[in-house]
Amino acid sequence: MSYEVIGITVLWVFLYGYLIVASVDFGAGFFSYYTKRTNKNHIIHDIIQRYLSPVWEVTNVFLVFFFIGIVGFFPQTAFYYGSALLIPGSVAIILIAIRGSYYAFATYGAKESRFFTFLYGATGLLIPASLTTVLTISEGGYISYEDGHVQLLYGELFGSLYSWGVVILAIVSVLFISASFLTYYASRAQDKGALELLRKYALIWSFPSIIMGVIVFFLLGGRNPEHFSNMVDLWWMFAISFLAFAAATYLIWKRRNYGTAFMMVMLQYFAAFFGYGVSHFPYLLYPYLTIYDGFTNETMAIALISAFIGGLLMLIPSLYFLMKLFLFDADYVQGKK
Amino acid sequence: MFEYDPVLYSRLLTSLTLGFHAIFATLGVGIPLMIAIAEWMGIKRNDPHYTLMARRWARGFVVIVAVGVVTGTAIGLQLSLLWPNFMQAAGHTIGLPMFMEVFAFFFEAIFLGIYLYTWDRFKSKMKHFLLIIPIVIGATASAFFITTVNSFMNVPQGFEIIDGAIRDVSPLAAMFNPATPTKISHVIITCYLTAAFVLGAIAAFNLLKGRNHVYHKKALHLTMVSAAIFAIGTAVIGDFSGKYLHEYQPEKLAAAEWHFETESEAPLILGGILTEDNEVRYALEIPYALSILAGNTPDTVVTGLNDFPEELHPPLWVHYMFDLMVFIGMYLAAISALFVFMNWMKKWNAFRRPVLWAIFAGGPLAIVAIEAGWIFAEVGRQPWIINGVMTVAEGATASPHVDIMLYVFILLYAVLGATCIAVLRRMFKSNPAEHELEERGIAHTKEQNVN
Ligand code: HDD
Ligand code: HEM
Ligand code: HEM
Repeated sequence: MSYEVIGITVLWVFLYGYLIVASVDFGAGFFSYYTKRTNKNHIIHDIIQRYLSPVWEVTNVFLVFFFIGIVGFFPQTAFYYGSALLIPGSVAIILIAIRGSYYAFATYGAKESRFFTFLYGATGLLIPASLTTVLTISEGGYISYEDGHVQLLYGELFGSLYSWGVVILAIVSVLFISASFLTYYASRAQDKGALELLRKYALIWSFPSIIMGVIVFFLLGGRNPEHFSNMVDLWWMFAISFLAFAAATYLIWKRRNYGTAFMMVMLQYFAAFFGYGVSHFPYLLYPYLTIYDGFTNETMAIALISAFIGGLLMLIPSLYFLMKLFLFDADYVQGKK
Repeated sequence: MFEYDPVLYSRLLTSLTLGFHAIFATLGVGIPLMIAIAEWMGIKRNDPHYTLMARRWARGFVVIVAVGVVTGTAIGLQLSLLWPNFMQAAGHTIGLPMFMEVFAFFFEAIFLGIYLYTWDRFKSKMKHFLLIIPIVIGATASAFFITTVNSFMNVPQGFEIIDGAIRDVSPLAAMFNPATPTKISHVIITCYLTAAFVLGAIAAFNLLKGRNHVYHKKALHLTMVSAAIFAIGTAVIGDFSGKYLHEYQPEKLAAAEWHFETESEAPLILGGILTEDNEVRYALEIPYALSILAGNTPDTVVTGLNDFPEELHPPLWVHYMFDLMVFIGMYLAAISALFVFMNWMKKWNAFRRPVLWAIFAGGPLAIVAIEAGWIFAEVGRQPWIINGVMTVAEGATASPHVDIMLYVFILLYAVLGATCIAVLRRMFKSNPAEHELEERGIAHTKEQNVN
């Protein structure tokens, strides 16, 4: 494998990691708010708190890892995306800032407040919507590049069906991933009430997520035919994704093996996300930037990859320790600790 | 008002975000060490007061870290949004430490999550103490890595520019440049100093309010002993930083000292104003001191600003920033040493109101010194963003709307800052130390003298 491919694979894996952990977090925020409105919050509040409190910071680091890593491996992305994304990027920063700090304020600091919960719920849906802008503009046609100046074409972005399709797909996916994880967590906690409610949410959001996936797939055909035909060539990855989805929904429906069901949801998104990514290859930004012309120098690439391996050797045992204490420790999950 | 200039607004927005982040980041690096010291003392002396101290500090720390994390995320993204050309060059040369910084955060974040939720989960107290060590290391390592990036901006090396393209990159040479040793050690030790003083100021405040429990006295003593050590370290390393500047960035030192003519036996200038034709008025002059700061001997020749072309002069107002930082440094060293000394003389009462007031003032002043130090270091590098390689104007974005973003972020930080203070106050007011001591049944243990 060339360094370019290693670099983009590492980054894509981390982005996938962020997609999963952040979705759980974002969706939890929304469910927490929604149940508060409908006076069901007491049912799932503890589950959500107990899982989220120790891990929210870790979630954020996945994102930081991605955007620092991409500038390290592909410095030219800083130029194109940095110049184009001033406003959407700043919007995302503001939402993340509000969400992270108000979560900490509410959890560690003050009494529960309706307003904090509202911020927490609303940002949970708005952040994925704003972050997906990056994937949308990577398809090309949303940016103009003239005399060395990069500009985002807002009319094009807001007027395009494809970009709205991606936004909706992101939101429903967040809710589905989150509900299926929390269902599993509630079943581990043997919390019947929470389990029932969360299982219902998982089922409600399952079909919208797959339908939006299919719609976006075809909308892309109109947007970027080259990418679309690459995706069609990789049809089997999307088939795997669909089968995993079917298996997950079936298990949740049958009230069985919630753990396996969540693994299937992860597989569903893994296959779709990598199918999308591989077919996007080699472009980082259609049609201006590929991974080959945007790549850093060879020495830096070797240094980054070594640092990455060293970092993983340090992180994996620590992450395992964290999960062992908070995710797999039955007593903790059940609130006995 | 002025014409829209993306460079100007990018600078303002960067200063705003960094200035805000620096407060939380500095405390975020320093407080874990203080928590570790307190928890250690609690175990070694078998004194639950110190353990409670560690617990209470840790609770405040989470809120501060949260703001540190979100503002750090903001600056990390903003660097690409506001300085795309700079980041493109930086990615090629100094991407490695930025990347490693993220691992340091990651490491810290994982153990912080564990530390906070496991106070009573292990049988052995020592096990829980061990969990703070990776947090201290992670926090300090993130300061280390990010400061190497800043060092590189001051003394860029480890690459060649051939036909406008960056070649022959050596990431380690870029990281370990001549600015690195003094910069890193000064930044890290001032993080510790600031954290010690801010926590000391809180203890002093409680004592001033008439809460006379030994808990607060122990907290004050612990923080002031640490602060005295860190303050002396800061002054010594600050002196080395002066020598570094003399060697590698003489124009920054000259601007800080309004030093125009290259000469030996140069005096150090404190305060004062500069007239139209660069005459220094009303300043306090310490003879030979600048030469000594630059090279340890009075006959060291210090380069003056007149040796540099006018367009490369940094703004001369950084003089005040430098003075402010040094003055506060001396103040913090003096007051913490005084307290420790008075407490050591058994017959004296170190807990007098004037002393407590002076310590209380030290908390905010330490933060002012951090800001002044950064402004001096960054503005003193003007007009360069990467010293001698890329100017600030070349590094900046050309996007429209940076001005609107500036206003939006001012609003955001105002709201965040205000809520953060309100939350911290409510947190400790609704659950004062006395109350918690009572609750845990340790209000009357170990009433012996503090030492
Ligand atoms: C509590 C904060 C604090 C205190 C009391 C001091 N400093 Fe400082 N100083 C900093 C906080 C700081 C800083 C924020 O950490 C800086 C900004 C950039 C940097 O590298 O460190 C800094 C930079 C800085 C520089 C510029 C280095 C550069 O541009 O590379 C010099 C020469 C000094 N300091 C010297 C001193 C001296 C002689 C002090 C006397 C006691 C002193 N500082 C106290
Ligand atoms: C001396 C200066 C700085 C120090 C001491 C410092 C230290 C810190 C600390 C302690 C945190 C909290 C992280 C945690 O507790 O997990 C933090 C967050 C962060 N900082 Fe800074 N920082 C400094 C300047 C910068 C600059 C200039 C950048 C921009 C590249 C930056 C980028 C970040 C990022 C991206 C985060 C968020 C990381 C996360 O999500 O955990 N920092 N910083
Ligand atoms: C917490 C640590 C830091 C603080 C508080 C800080 C502070 C500042 C301040 C106050 C300015 C404004 C200078 C002016 O308006 O003239 C500035 C400029 C800047 N800093 Fe730093 N700085 C820090 C570290 C860094 C690091 C590590 C980087 C790079 C990764 C960086 C990148 C920049 C850039 C790109 C500018 C704009 C160019 C300029 O005006 O010089 N800073 N910083």
